[in-house]
Amino acid sequence: MKDETIICRCEDVTWGEIRQALEKGYTTLDEIKRVTRAGMGRCQGTTCRRIILREIAKFCHKSIEEVTIPTFRPPTKPVKLGTLAGDDDD
Amino acid sequence: MTMIKRASVVIIGGGIIGCSIAYNLAKMGCKNIILLEKNSLASGATGRCGAGIRQQFGTEMNCILARESIKIFENLSQELDYDIELNQGGYLMLAYTEKEVNQFKKNVALEQSLGIDVRYITVKKAKEIVPPLNTEGVLAATFCPTDGHANPFNTNFAYAEAAQRLGVKIYNFTEVREIKTENNRIVSVSTDKGEVLTPIVINAAGGYSGEIGKMAGVEIPVYSQRHQILITEPVDPLFKPMLMSFSRNFYCQQTPHGSIIMGFGDPDEPKGHDIGTSWQFARDMAQKMTAVVPLLKEVSMVRQWSGLYNMSPDSQPIVGEHPQVNGFYMAVGFSGHGFMLAPVASRLMAELILKGKTSIPIDRLDIGRFERGELIIEPSVV
Ligand SMILES: Cc1cc2nc3c(=O)[nH]c(=O)nc-3n(C[C@H](O)[C@H](O)[C@H](O)COP(=O)(O)OP(=O)(O)OC[C@H]3O[C@@H](n4cnc5c(N)ncnc54)[C@H](O)[C@@H]3O)c2cc1C
Ligand code: FES
Repeated sequence: MKDETIICRCEDVTWGEIRQALEKGYTTLDEIKRVTRAGMGRCQGTTCRRIILREIAKFCHKSIEEVTIPTFRPPTKPVKLGTLAGDDDD
Repeated sequence: MTMIKRASVVIIGGGIIGCSIAYNLAKMGCKNIILLEKNSLASGATGRCGAGIRQQFGTEMNCILARESIKIFENLSQELDYDIELNQGGYLMLAYTEKEVNQFKKNVALEQSLGIDVRYITVKKAKEIVPPLNTEGVLAATFCPTDGHANPFNTNFAYAEAAQRLGVKIYNFTEVREIKTENNRIVSVSTDKGEVLTPIVINAAGGYSGEIGKMAGVEIPVYSQRHQILITEPVDPLFKPMLMSFSRNFYCQQTPHGSIIMGFGDPDEPKGHDIGTSWQFARDMAQKMTAVVPLLKEVSMVRQWSGLYNMSPDSQPIVGEHPQVNGFYMAVGFSGHGFMLAPVASRLMAELILKGKTSIPIDRLDIGRFERGELIIEPSVV
């Protein structure tokens, strides 16, 4: 994969940035998120999460199952604060 | 990484407090420091916090500590060679009650006397600073332009990596299980990965600092309490400062990256270690903030989470050595302002350990104050 390849489209994070984080020793999905912001975008990782996990697994010579956190909760859909507040009518 | 057998200092906790203490100790020449983190760096309160930094407090000590912390923050990206995304957009504190107006006037007088660039401003001026602000109910405000916020992950990692460059060893996924003492002295720390002999332990375990205290055989009067927070999608710049109110109970800030972070403290939140999230919080938060900044109605929340405040009886940190256990140091109980105080608190902690005295007096933050009944009365904390 090229360094310029965009892995997380929402947050504009490239493979190069993720590779650097991996090389620094940040080898869990949570750490990669905190260091690069990948997976923190509007889609909450629905698009990029699997690719990042795959790359972590490859980098650490582990299987995808081993690097996946079992308690991962699916992201909620973005919802307008106005809707949450309960005044839908304006 | 296999655990080393002997260390000169063992720091428990890889949040901003532990990592910044590690860095400052190493910078002052201390060797053979290790830091133990049961999860990964920034997994505790630090990586979950609002990361606001303010100098607007109601006691002289807090004003001085915060002022010195900001000075460190201003050069921290260079010092640590990592962009901490410091954004000094100011803090706009809104007064909704007469009591608050009076308190704010007193605070501003105190802050100004200590050289902090803060002003008491009219509602009209507040609206100029934050055009989308709904001023209904606002009686006055205070504004400090050098307050702001930073990226909590970057700041945490910046300290950790700088500490590692200075020789500090960081062990992730290593949980402290036991602390051994002999004749009221620290002897060793045991973890799920092995034991290490050490004369000094620093408790920087945030929401679990009370549990670490028990391992060393002491009661630290702290407890933990969940605080929830949410973030929106990134949008165009709406306002620069952190908006905050004590009486209406909210804080809200737009990050340089465009997303808006907001939170409030639920007064009925039970003590404990729960870090779940609730639908009610998102609703109440949305109601509060869309009333203050109506434009926010059109902005979508993308995520919500929570973290632990580690509270002390006076909501002020406990910093110093335990009087009954030699070598057991605490930097705990930072309640809702541990991020902003970390740069200065960690420097002072390193001075205390290595020189036995601090360049800014913090003796009042000792654990003994609770027994003596000398609580610190800070009117401006949540
Ligand atoms: C929602 C929210 C908003 C906040 N907003 C702000 C703000 O705007 N400004 C501000 O200044 N502060 C804010 N705070 C407070 C701030 O986050 C904390 O005061 C600060 O992060 C504390 O840092 P810490 O390093 O002490 O704790 P933490 O970051 O919690 O680090 C403690 C670490 O110790 C580890 N640990 C615990 N037990 C063990 C063990 N047995 N062995 C090994 N490791 C262990 C934990 O895993 C954790 O990583 C907020 C907090 C929350 C929850
Ligand atoms: S693509 Fe990464 S968060 Fe959406």
